Amino acid sequence: MADTSEHGARGNGPVGWIPVAIAAVLFVWFLSFVGPISRGDTLDLTISWVPSLGIGLDFRVDGLGLTFGLLISGIGALVLLYSNTYLAGHPQYARFALYLTSFMLAMLGLVLADNLIGLFVFWELTTITSYLLIGFNHESEKGRRSALQAMLVTGAGALALLAGLILLGQAAGTYSISEIVAQGEVIHEHPLYIPILVLVLLGAFTKSAQVPFHFWLPNAMAAPTPVSAFLHSATMVKAGVYLMARLHPSLAGTDVWLWTLTTAGAITAVFASFMALRQTDLKQALAYTTLMALGTLTLFLGQDFDYAITAFVTFLIVHSLYKAALFLVVGCVDHATGTREADVLGGLGRVMPVTAIAAAVAAFSMAGFPPFLGFIGKELKYAGALGVASEPTVVAGAVLLANALMLAVAGVVALGPFWLKPKGPFPRTPHEAPWQMLAGPVILAALGALFGINPGLLQASLVNPTVGGFLGDPNEAKQLQLWAGVNLPLFMSIATFAVGLVFYAFHKPMRAMLARIDAATPSLDDWWDDILAGLRALAAWQTRLLQSGVLRQYMAVTFATIFAALAGTMLARGLGPLSTAFYGAAWTDWAICLLILAGTAIVVVTNSRIAAVASLGVVGIGVALVFIAYSAPDVAITQLLVETLVVVLVGVAMLRLPYLDPLDQPDHRPPDAVLAVAVGLVTTLVALAVLATPMDLRLTAYFEAASWPEAFGRNIVNVILVDFRALDTFGEIAVVVVAGLASYALLRTTAPKGDKQ
Amino acid sequence: MKSVILQAGTRYLVGLLLLFSVYMLWRGHNEPGGGFIGGLIGSTGFVLYAIAFGTEAARNALRATPQTIAMFGLGLALVAGLFSAVFGDALFTGQWLFLGADPADKDDKGLPLSTVLVFDIGVYLVVFGSILTLVFAMEEEI
Repeated sequence: MADTSEHGARGNGPVGWIPVAIAAVLFVWFLSFVGPISRGDTLDLTISWVPSLGIGLDFRVDGLGLTFGLLISGIGALVLLYSNTYLAGHPQYARFALYLTSFMLAMLGLVLADNLIGLFVFWELTTITSYLLIGFNHESEKGRRSALQAMLVTGAGALALLAGLILLGQAAGTYSISEIVAQGEVIHEHPLYIPILVLVLLGAFTKSAQVPFHFWLPNAMAAPTPVSAFLHSATMVKAGVYLMARLHPSLAGTDVWLWTLTTAGAITAVFASFMALRQTDLKQALAYTTLMALGTLTLFLGQDFDYAITAFVTFLIVHSLYKAALFLVVGCVDHATGTREADVLGGLGRVMPVTAIAAAVAAFSMAGFPPFLGFIGKELKYAGALGVASEPTVVAGAVLLANALMLAVAGVVALGPFWLKPKGPFPRTPHEAPWQMLAGPVILAALGALFGINPGLLQASLVNPTVGGFLGDPNEAKQLQLWAGVNLPLFMSIATFAVGLVFYAFHKPMRAMLARIDAATPSLDDWWDDILAGLRALAAWQTRLLQSGVLRQYMAVTFATIFAALAGTMLARGLGPLSTAFYGAAWTDWAICLLILAGTAIVVVTNSRIAAVASLGVVGIGVALVFIAYSAPDVAITQLLVETLVVVLVGVAMLRLPYLDPLDQPDHRPPDAVLAVAVGLVTTLVALAVLATPMDLRLTAYFEAASWPEAFGRNIVNVILVDFRALDTFGEIAVVVVAGLASYALLRTTAPKGDKQ
Repeated sequence: MKSVILQAGTRYLVGLLLLFSVYMLWRGHNEPGGGFIGGLIGSTGFVLYAIAFGTEAARNALRATPQTIAMFGLGLALVAGLFSAVFGDALFTGQWLFLGADPADKDDKGLPLSTVLVFDIGVYLVVFGSILTLVFAMEEEI
């Protein structure tokens, strides 16, 4: 496999260990919050960013944020430790570690942000870093395609999300998430509720790969296995789920929310479970089980009663633990044997006993056997599904079906490769994985067992405060217990085992059948390349249209746009009163106007380039005269000097220019004249309208008063430039430098011809 | 383009233009002028020189490349702006030193020296360097 390097003699050095240490320190730091959070406190950290817009880097640690924070940093530390060995000696390991660490930090920022815009920034950071991670094997065509696909799908969703978040912020009157959530269901009554919901859910569904946006997720398997483990268990795809959970108190509780999430979640869960069973590549199978988990989580987020929310929180933790463990196990198997094909693998239990046991424990949790945490999660899921307000039978049936299929997939992933007979030769001689790679699966699988046997550990520390964040009271959380008595969920569990075992027994014929159905059903992935090609063709077409390379056309388009914008605004808004002050202008003003008009007229009619340049100079000098007449000597001097330089520059350029009006071109003057007159007309109207509105002279008065006593200068223009508005001026001269350098670079694209003396 | 009359005239004009540009820069705080105008006038001098004697001669007379001058001016303006941080003021706050001023007379500023002037010199150099960058490159290209 491309992503598994042989064990290099050399390791990755500090580049390998430092990220592990960062993640571990973060994890311990988050652990220290468990006490305060479980007592119901929240911790805030506020960094002001754009205070005038209410945008800040505000962070808040509460139950939900802490649960995610612990999962992200804890699994992150184990995954980084694992990668350091998995990719030992990889020439680009430093890059990999940087991407993965940045991704982890972006994800932490996302789950702790307490400001909608801050949250969005971290959301996009995860998009970008996941793009880099998925495309880490950038030499493979498939890797690049998958990375781009993931970025475009989630990025398009993110655009919708940004619009949704801004609308939400406007509707709620604040961008602070904790304040919005504290307002409760006020948003429901807002006229913008439906647009907000649609846009936010578009963002969440694309990120969390709900049908029909699911196709990017299995393709993202092009990433190295540790990345898949991280992306699928605790991060990336959970970002969408996190967002829905975070906004649940504000947005949930309406029929639209309920039906959208329940339907999308249930369809995704069932569809993905079948697809998972259809795969032979273990990693692909796990990828689809992630989809199933996301569907289930979405389904429960659709509800707003205690069992469903407790089920959501518990399953969130269960899934992160077993999914990360199983992905890492598949990585170990891949690393040891060189293949991930379920059809080939077998008999590894003797060679890789520790991996096999970790896989078994994680798979038992996934399949929902007691006494593992997965069993508790499943019982709660059934209780939650049965409590669904609408169509509980259908929802519970969907969850049961999905769980039974999960059981079968767990068998395929964790039973077959280790305990059944091998069905083919392996590319490599298998060996047990080193401890760095075993630490992740073993610890995560063990946690699944530990929390299953002693669910109280999880109950008070994470589940209660998190559920409290949804429902307002931590005591609303349902008990996590292995034995809840003889009830309907228990019977459903037994039914799941029975159906799941049947599925497992017949998984091979089912796989063949599913493969046929899969091949026959269209998916957005099949059209993806066509869509991209169409987009590129559209871009090429509009570029050819707009970027003709003919200066005259550029100017025509520019002026036509100006005219359309101004005239359109005037028509839509009405023009308002016009100034008539020009009737009383002095004769000198009229004379200057005549001068400018005469210059313009000569430019228009002349066929001589020199005459045209000189006449343009007349226009410029006329404008300078206006400045002088209205006592702005600085501007007038500048205008005169610029006019001089323009004449010089045009004079230099003229030596190379073709004739002013080549005879072989159609006469473009009539249309140009129409355009010119039209633009001139609207510009004049705008100028007159502006003059009719009273000027706000407060700033002028301030500058006049403060120029001498505060800035010790009598020339207000210059004092403004170098003192009052020095930062603006600095920006402007930076632009001047950049423009100069850019034109220099453009002019020097061809070799200089040497000086002509 | 070799013209004896232009060359002879340019010899005097360039010096005058440069002197005038510095004068405009210097008086800019109280009278019309300033770094922007000064830089334009100064660059006109060298543009004239380049037309009369060729860009190579103008580049030699300038010694530094115009891009360097522009970048140096930008850096100088930045340093002048950052200087106020030493005194704990907001960025780009002018810092003044009145040499030989009579403390009793409120309007006597003596010889005023300031970071504002340094900033203006930076503006001068940016305008001067950027225009010459463009004009020299254009003349050499044609």
